[in-house]
Amino acid sequence: MSDIAPTRPVPVTTEPPLVRALLIGLAVAFVALFLFAPLVTVFAEALAEGGRGVIAALSLPDARAAIAMTLTIAAIAVPLNAVFGIAAAWAIAKFDFRGKAVLITLIDLPFSVSPVVAGLTLVLLFGANSALGAWLMANDIRIVFALPGIVLATLFVTFPFVARELIPVMIEQGRAEEEAALTLGAPGWRIFLTVTLPNTRWALLYGVLLSNARAMGEFGAVAVVSGKIRGETATMPTMVEMFYNEYLSVAAFSLAAVLALLALLTLLLKSLLEWRHADLLAATRRH
Amino acid sequence: MNIEIEDIAKDFGTGRALYAVSLSIPSGALIALLGPSGSGKTTLLRILAGLEYPTSGRVRFDGADATGLSVQDRRAGFVFQSYALFRHMTVFENVAYGLRARPRRTRPPEAEIARRVTRLLELIQLPDIGPRYPNQLSGGQRQRVALARALAIEPRMLLLDEPFGALDARVRKDLCQGLREIHDRTGLTTVFVTHDQDEAMALADLVVVMSMGRIEQVGRPAEIRARPATDFVRAFTAA
Ligand SMILES: Nc1ncnc2c1ncn2[C@@H]1O[C@H](COP(=O)(O)OP(=O)(O)O)[C@@H](O)[C@H]1O
Ligand SMILES: [Mg+2]
Repeated sequence: MSDIAPTRPVPVTTEPPLVRALLIGLAVAFVALFLFAPLVTVFAEALAEGGRGVIAALSLPDARAAIAMTLTIAAIAVPLNAVFGIAAAWAIAKFDFRGKAVLITLIDLPFSVSPVVAGLTLVLLFGANSALGAWLMANDIRIVFALPGIVLATLFVTFPFVARELIPVMIEQGRAEEEAALTLGAPGWRIFLTVTLPNTRWALLYGVLLSNARAMGEFGAVAVVSGKIRGETATMPTMVEMFYNEYLSVAAFSLAAVLALLALLTLLLKSLLEWRHADLLAATRRH
Repeated sequence: MNIEIEDIAKDFGTGRALYAVSLSIPSGALIALLGPSGSGKTTLLRILAGLEYPTSGRVRFDGADATGLSVQDRRAGFVFQSYALFRHMTVFENVAYGLRARPRRTRPPEAEIARRVTRLLELIQLPDIGPRYPNQLSGGQRQRVALARALAIEPRMLLLDEPFGALDARVRKDLCQGLREIHDRTGLTTVFVTHDQDEAMALADLVVVMSMGRIEQVGRPAEIRARPATDFVRAFTAA
């Protein structure tokens, strides 16, 4: 036994100090370079002419219209996709039916199609050159270069987020609790509201936050269908680009800073909810 | 309530789980479905609960045809193999679930629900665990909570799938005793599934031995021990 006695006790679950320092250093450097530095740059550039510059930039009618547009789009698209995502995930995770594999693949489609292509498809489908577009025009319904088109494009690109978050969680949880509720006499809608949804609410929240971030930040698809009409269809990301191209650096970065703040706010909200419901969170996760 | 199972067969896409099984369960009996894994015990129990529909055959409760009756209308208290407690609800909320889910006109007032839940928690000898979450309970405690939850709906029968399967020997013995007492006190027709012949023989009034989707023998424990009807029963009970 004495021949294997270590000179110094080494904890079996940790790496040597050098390796640890290297890994931690690498992670910190990466976070600093790719996450922190850009964020700081955005705020620094926005504040290049001081707080007044930011206020002036955000008071520009074009900037305010873009902020209103982006918030409107998110307010419409995110709830719609939450509902769709819940329905799709529920169907896929809790029922067996023909064509399930096809549905799963279709949900992922927006991940693999370039947003610009998605935008172009909408323009081709609803634009003035198509039969549908001509009919819509004749009836004075505007889709392309208007809010409905932008909402459609946003719905398309944010399609997978909620469903993708929910499906694995729902599959992992299986049907046992729903079946238990059935034997206890609960009707289907009640089971959905009191068992299925509460059990998946963290995944749902996460999916909604991701979907919201993407809805507010989407550039490519929206740039194509919106036509980027200033003060009318331009969203925050497309307006940032236009300001930047016009060398209105403070305006561009001020708007970009608002976008970044909105993103930080959603993250803060999520952390707050997780912190307030820590006990429930622990209870609903299986170990 | 007596239960008649008449020529119940069940096909899954992958094969046949039950071959025209018939069985008569007298009111108030404590019955064990005994057989090796894959013999169709769970499938038969789920058909009784209405969680699975038979491919052919009928089920009668007290003589009335119940084959097409929905799960909710059957009022079968079901204890799942993994208990299936609602993990985001406290023990109290779990037990109260069935009463709160009733339509308004038959739903007891909240004070009455609280009284009944308290009484059930006393019945399973865990009066103080109401505020806890399922993941804060031991396996044996979860099993008893699942039983209390099933009893809360004032079921017409009690169905239990491998109720003691995942527990260690000592807890198992206690809970077997507990189930027997609860059965005797409530007088509920009770069917439980097990692959453990000692458990079946010790606890049940009547043992139903199953193998490969068929019933091999139905009889009192002593009868089955003394006169096994088939080679399978002889081999299985000798093991
Ligand atoms: N949902 C299902 N889909 C397909 N086959 C199933 C399903 N449930 C059970 N089976 C099959 O039916 C047979 C009986 O299963 P089960 O009733 O669970 O047996 P036991 O409970 O006696 O172990 C097994 O061969 C099993 O694979
Ligand atoms: Mg089974």
